[in-house]
Amino acid sequence: MTEFTAQDVIRPRWSPALRARAIRRFMLAGLIIMIGTGVAAVCLEIFGRSLSPLWLTVGIVLPSVLAFGALFVVFAITAHALLGRLLKRLAFVLFIGSLAGIVLTAWGASLLFGLVDRIVAARPDPIAQTIFGGELTTDEIVRFFAATPEDPKALEAPPALEFVAYLLWPWQFRLLRDLVLALVILGFVSVTASFAIWWERKVAGRIQSRLGPMRVGGWHGWAQGIADGLKLVQKEDIVPGRADGPVFRLAPYLVFIPVLTAFLALPFSDRWVLRDLEVGLVLVLGLLGIDVIGVILAGWASHNKWSMYGALRVAAQMVSYEIPMGMALLLPVMAAGTLRPGAIGALQSGGFHTWLAFCSPFLFAAAGVYFVASLAACKRAPFDLPEAESELTGGFHTEYSGFRWAVFFFGEYAAMFVVCGLAVLLFLGAWHSPLPASWGESLAGGSWWQRGLYALLFSGPAWFIAKTYALLFVHIWLRWTLPRIRIDQVMYACVQVMLPMTMLLLLGQMFWQLLVPPDGITARAANIVCTLAGAAIVAAFVGTAGWGYLNRRRLVGPLAVNHLPGS
Amino acid sequence: MTGSNRLSIVAAVLVWLARAGPVWARGPRGPGPADWIGIELEAVMFYLLGGLAAVCAVGCVLSSRVVRMALFLFGALGAVAGLYLLLHANFLAAIQLIVYAGGTLVVIIFGIMLSSASAAARYRARPAEKAAGAAVGLLLLAGLVTAVGRIDWSEGIAAAPSAPTVDGLGRALLTTYLVPFELSSVLLLAVMIGAAWLAGSGRK
Repeated sequence: MTEFTAQDVIRPRWSPALRARAIRRFMLAGLIIMIGTGVAAVCLEIFGRSLSPLWLTVGIVLPSVLAFGALFVVFAITAHALLGRLLKRLAFVLFIGSLAGIVLTAWGASLLFGLVDRIVAARPDPIAQTIFGGELTTDEIVRFFAATPEDPKALEAPPALEFVAYLLWPWQFRLLRDLVLALVILGFVSVTASFAIWWERKVAGRIQSRLGPMRVGGWHGWAQGIADGLKLVQKEDIVPGRADGPVFRLAPYLVFIPVLTAFLALPFSDRWVLRDLEVGLVLVLGLLGIDVIGVILAGWASHNKWSMYGALRVAAQMVSYEIPMGMALLLPVMAAGTLRPGAIGALQSGGFHTWLAFCSPFLFAAAGVYFVASLAACKRAPFDLPEAESELTGGFHTEYSGFRWAVFFFGEYAAMFVVCGLAVLLFLGAWHSPLPASWGESLAGGSWWQRGLYALLFSGPAWFIAKTYALLFVHIWLRWTLPRIRIDQVMYACVQVMLPMTMLLLLGQMFWQLLVPPDGITARAANIVCTLAGAAIVAAFVGTAGWGYLNRRRLVGPLAVNHLPGS
Repeated sequence: MTGSNRLSIVAAVLVWLARAGPVWARGPRGPGPADWIGIELEAVMFYLLGGLAAVCAVGCVLSSRVVRMALFLFGALGAVAGLYLLLHANFLAAIQLIVYAGGTLVVIIFGIMLSSASAAARYRARPAEKAAGAAVGLLLLAGLVTAVGRIDWSEGIAAAPSAPTVDGLGRALLTTYLVPFELSSVLLLAVMIGAAWLAGSGRK
């Protein structure tokens, strides 16, 4: 008895060998018919015989059409093969290109802006950079490059240098810099969303012993997110007849734009931040609060009872959970003594045990409370009642399709990244690795590869993104593990459990900071216990995952087993 | 045409562009684009945001659909938050977003949804309400005009000595303005207790 394997099921019916054989046969048939018809026509011409219209049709016209048809089929098959490969390449280039583009643009931009800043600083009379005022002239840029120690006022420069000066000149304007960086952030959000869509479907598949997307793009269906996006953009643009048109059209953007704006104050590292505002945290929280309005208006404007129920649930749930979420955020703010995201991140550079979540038992509990509240604020399971498919068909986005629906989902994944990023920033060491940054001080000021090593080992945007993605994975994991809870349970959990708990935690942290000396034995012991608990949670997660991987053969269904990595 | 020929033509064009490029980028201290456009970006933003706030406020008054009124109110509140940002009052802007745009407005919309029978609920003000609204509006306008008129604009307005920081605001609230601050907290507490009592009194 043979066993079905994944290869049997998903083997494409149209293999390259089959395609080549079909192309050869159709081409041969077309050529034979063409040559035969041509020879027949020439023979008729030579012997001076005329044909009746019937024989002309059957003998000459029909074979010609057939021959052209056969050659057209060959052309179509070839074009399909080429186009498919081209599209695959294109998707790959798009994905990798946008990823590399984002990183390179951010890096190049920081180098470029630093260079221009140095040119500005090198002027004899320093000037303030304005948003829109051109103060630095190209001659000064040329002089900056052409100047030598012997001749500090040299103006003789090759024409290429003059051209470079014109290229550098616009970058003294903040407006232009911000435009470039805003595009970088938009690109990052797009890549995150399209990656998270694929990841979500893949994780869901694994958890349910399915394969998930396997076809688009080849390797484990990695291009599924891009394909979904392209599909949604092509769909028909529908606004229901009785809907409140302008509000219906506006609502998705009210969800997406505030979340995008929240990246303004979200630091990826001490230098990779658009604006390190003094009130950055409050601003991010306020912007996250706005997208409730977009969701409510979407449900309201659809003029549909499912949408309406979804909107009511959103209003009740998100507004309630904002309170425990905001109050849980107050604890690390209290411990750090500032609302500036950069300063809070810089506090946690001393290694794993200095991450704020491990500094006191109250902060440790607050991290958990914040994470649960952030699940509810993003409308993620088990709090996904606003869009409960089984009861409300789609909740607030029942009537949406095409591009606007895609905008809702981009907004949701971007909001997930922002709330996870806030958790990482406030509780989990921001952009620092578990190793103390002081160990790498000799690397930090070294050559470029030493600085790169420092960014990879000790602190850098890569750590922030990696930790945020790890939390994003927990979001996805919980969604496919936990059942949805009822709306009364949602409200009970918020008002009667989490709200009193955060208040107690807030009071506890206050007394902790007032009464417990930071270098005393109590603080040290609490720090050690919390650090060990955190390490135990991480170890338990990694250990369970490893155990599951080693025992993957016990999973139900050969599909999943044969397609898990390493099998 | 060979590759090197093409390259040299491109290079020549680039050099020509560099030499004949925009005049205001050259020179020891030529006119900049700021002079060229004539106004600063901040002024542009001020007029944009101010105009948006005004248009939204008018729309909020004139619209008859309740949800659209709330949406216009949201626009006006957001534009005012933007004006606060222009004034470097970042904390005020963020609080405006949290309290008014994210909190109060959601509660208003929630109330509309729960109380109105139809989705396209309309609201027509009675003459007495219109008169009262107009009176309050005129009073506010008169106050603003008086305040603006008292300032001597001829010598220009000096920039604020320093932007108020969160630190300073917190200190002021807990030292100089402690009593008003606590009084407002007591008021809010009373409101909360009252709301809880109203909500609970229906149930036995």
